[in-house]
This record gives sequence, structure tokens and C-alpha cells, in this order.
Amino acid sequence: MRYSIFSLMRQALRGHRDWTPAWRDAVPKPAYDVIIVGGGGHGLATAHYLSKVHGITRVAVLEKGWIGSGNAGRNTTIIRSNYLLSGNVPFYEFSMRLWEGLEQDLNYNAMVSQRGILNLYHSDAQRDAYARRGNAMRMHGIDAELLDANAVRRIAPFMDFDNARFPIQGGLLQRRGGTARHDAVVWGYARAASDRGVDIIQNCEVTGFIREAGRIAGVTTSRGEIKAAKIGLAVAGNTSRLTNLAGLRLPIESHVLQAFVSESIKPRIPGVITFGAGHFYVSQSDKGGLVFGGDIDGYNSYAQRGNLPTVEDVCEGGMAVIPSLGRVRVLRSWGGVMDMSMDGSPIIDRTPLSGLYLNTGWCYGGFKATPASGWCFAHLLARDELHEVGRDYRLDRFAIGHLIDEKGVGAQPNLH
Amino acid sequence: MRIQCPFCGERDSSEFTYLGDATVRRPDPSAPEQYFEAVYLRDNPAGRHEELWYHGFGCRSWLRVTRDTRTHEIFTVEMYNDATTETNQEAARA
Repeated sequence: MRYSIFSLMRQALRGHRDWTPAWRDAVPKPAYDVIIVGGGGHGLATAHYLSKVHGITRVAVLEKGWIGSGNAGRNTTIIRSNYLLSGNVPFYEFSMRLWEGLEQDLNYNAMVSQRGILNLYHSDAQRDAYARRGNAMRMHGIDAELLDANAVRRIAPFMDFDNARFPIQGGLLQRRGGTARHDAVVWGYARAASDRGVDIIQNCEVTGFIREAGRIAGVTTSRGEIKAAKIGLAVAGNTSRLTNLAGLRLPIESHVLQAFVSESIKPRIPGVITFGAGHFYVSQSDKGGLVFGGDIDGYNSYAQRGNLPTVEDVCEGGMAVIPSLGRVRVLRSWGGVMDMSMDGSPIIDRTPLSGLYLNTGWCYGGFKATPASGWCFAHLLARDELHEVGRDYRLDRFAIGHLIDEKGVGAQPNLH
Repeated sequence: MRIQCPFCGERDSSEFTYLGDATVRRPDPSAPEQYFEAVYLRDNPAGRHEELWYHGFGCRSWLRVTRDTRTHEIFTVEMYNDATTETNQEAARA
């Protein structure tokens, strides 16, 4: 069923009785051309672009829980392309352009809202760093504006501009950045992929790999064996668990990241605002809740929940930049398992095991990358070559020294 | 999460700094190709994990903590340069 204003009116007149499920909940077949492990945003986007761009429709997406129940349902929904390094800039801008056309492509309202992202700076040195970043972006045709304190004051007058420790001197604004509705992204991709014949199989946990003639030829799952010529992993923080089953060690550590939402208040935060002197980012959902987060907890974890010192740290960061936050009550907090790579950048590549492909290392920036990640992973699975915009996301870059370390902290995943 | 420091008693984890996998060994300088594995590759287990924590806001000791990464339950905490640990005995023999 194609969604439009006319289908909505027709259903409204019939009392909304005739809506059909958005996508098929499939049962596994014995074999496919491609299996994608992981029914989150990245896995489903991969399935969508495999079927739409490359015409490969004998595809299964295996999800151990329900689709969108991992990090796709746990993030702070920020989209942006304000990166500095040449390996990242084209990729994230490609992703931003896909976001801009996503709803038309999927015929699904993903609530993409380009309300702007504002990175605050609090010192002369930080202003220089943001000027450099903004210039790098503009040289790649990406919008960036360096604002002084007065211009920032016009956008967000409620912040603590004269804070004794972290005065706000200005900010780097990307107007095309913003937010999208995370669940709608998952469902939109699932619906579009399912319409083209992709099987979305839930409650199907991969428990091992089938090897034939020296290559990976399928997976064993909680719902039986499934064969495929190509298997792509898009399982975020659980990547090492799966590759360990295949005897492959990765430059990845799994860490827990917490996020928070407050009670609903009237419109207050105009876009996405990030604190430059600590680590704190906040936006306001259409429902009115303030959605915010900060650093990862900083120790290896698969627990999907964090500890209180990080909660305190995040809230302190928020209070330092927006003191009125102290009057708002936190409604919920939750945790997700991040695939922290050794240089803070992702990996979309083949593995040394023939037939097994990798999409991992998103750290805590995977949501904004969803469309481009799916596009590049589909390209890799279909053509066995890296896509141009993701060509630096190689698995062997750690061995050959071609790291993409935006933060410049080295091989210490809890610092990225 | 609270860590039972052998010197200071049970303390909040915010007093400690995390370094990571405690089983990583510095490779032999005459075999530089092993540095790639030591610097970058990790087992990253879901379950028991041996890891290094530094008690910066306490006794400033390096501690070797065995912890479950799925539940954050801590099984053992010992001083890292304690010669009784298995890995250090191996290192001493080598």
C-alpha cells in the first residue's frame, strides 16, 4: 500500500479499518543470495539498497530480537555531517544527502527535521579548531557557519553565556543537520525492503557459521541452518561475539553508552546543541521531551545499562551550559552497546574469511550514518568492492597505519 | 559499580580509571609485526573479562579486575604487579 494524503483520507473515512501491516514477518527459507545479520537501521538499509540499487532480492535480514530493538531504538536521533578528516567527510555528507531524500525514496515519514546542529566553543583555541573544521566542510561543499556569541544568543538565549569556567564565545552551526525519528527509519527501510521481496526474520539469533570448501557458506541460527553465498554482519556492539565464533579477532571493544529523555515541556531547544567544554548534546523531540546524552561509561560492557557516575557527569555538563535544565525531571535513561573501534571510525569491508563481510566500528555515531552505511555495505555485498565514499573504511587500515582518528587519541576505544 | 580495592576497601568506580584488557602483553621488540595484534586486536568477550583499572583517587595502584561484561559483576580484584598472577608467572619464566 502506497502512503499518501489520499490513502490517509480514504482510511480516515473508513475508520482506519483497512491498513495492512507495513512489512512481512517472514519465516526463514533454506538459502538466500545474501544474509544480513542484524535487523537494525544499518542492516535494513543494506537490504533496501541491495534490492533497490542492485536488484538483489533473495535477501534475508536476521534479527535476534525484534527489528530496531538494539541501538537503532536507543540513540539520540541526531543527523549531521560536520566531520573534519578526508576519510569521513564525503561519507557523512553522502549520508546527509540520502537523509534529505529518504522519505520520498521510502514513501515513509521518517520525520527528518533539519533543525540545525550547533557546536558551542568556549575558548579561542576551540574557536580556531571549529573554524578549521568549518572550512574543511565548506571546501567539500557542506554548509557550515561560524557564529559569534551574539549570533548564538539569538538562536538559544537561555544558555549560560557568562559561565565563569566555560563562557560561550560562539558556535559552529550546520543548518542542514538535525534529527530524524529513529523507529520510523527502521520501519521505513523494513517496509521498502520487504516490498521488494526481502525476508525480515525476527527472533532468529545466529549461533555459528557454516564452512564449506574454505569459505563461510551459511549460518546456524536458533531457527535452523540458513545458507548464503555472502553473509554481512551489521550487529554493532555484538560484532566481536559473532566474529569470535568464526575465529576472527577485531580492532573493536564493546562499551555502554547511556541516553536520557526528560518529561515533555513546551518548545524550548531550537535544534541540536552540543557543549564544547564537556561532552553533552541535547535536542527536543516533537513530543516535547529533551533528548540528551554524553560520554560512554568507559569500560567494556555488553549490559545495555550503565552506571550512575556517568549519569551525574552528563547532567553536570547539561547544567553547565543550560542551567534551567535543573528544573526539568529526567523521565527515562537507557543504555546501548557500542562497537568502539580503535580509531573511532567505522569499518565496512571484506574479512579474511571468504563470504563474510563486515559493517562495524560505528562507535556512538552510527545513527546519522544509517543511509550511507546501508548504501556502501550493499555496494560491497553486491559488487565485492568498496564504495567510493567509504573506501577508507578498510579493515586493514590498522595494520598499514591509515587510521581515521577524528579525536586524535590513539588506540584507546573508551576515549573516542 | 563498586570495586573492592585490596588496599582501600570497597570504592565507587568513579575513583578509578579504566585502561582495558589486562591480558595484552607487550610484544618482543624483535618481532614488530606482533605489535599490530597487541595494539589493535581484542577478544572483547561477552562474559568474564580481565581488565586493568587505576585507583587514581585512592592508593594509585594498578589493579587487575575480573568482571562480567554482561552484568558488571566483579569476581576478583588484585594488585596488577602481584607476582602470584598466572600471567606474570608466565612473564617471569619467559
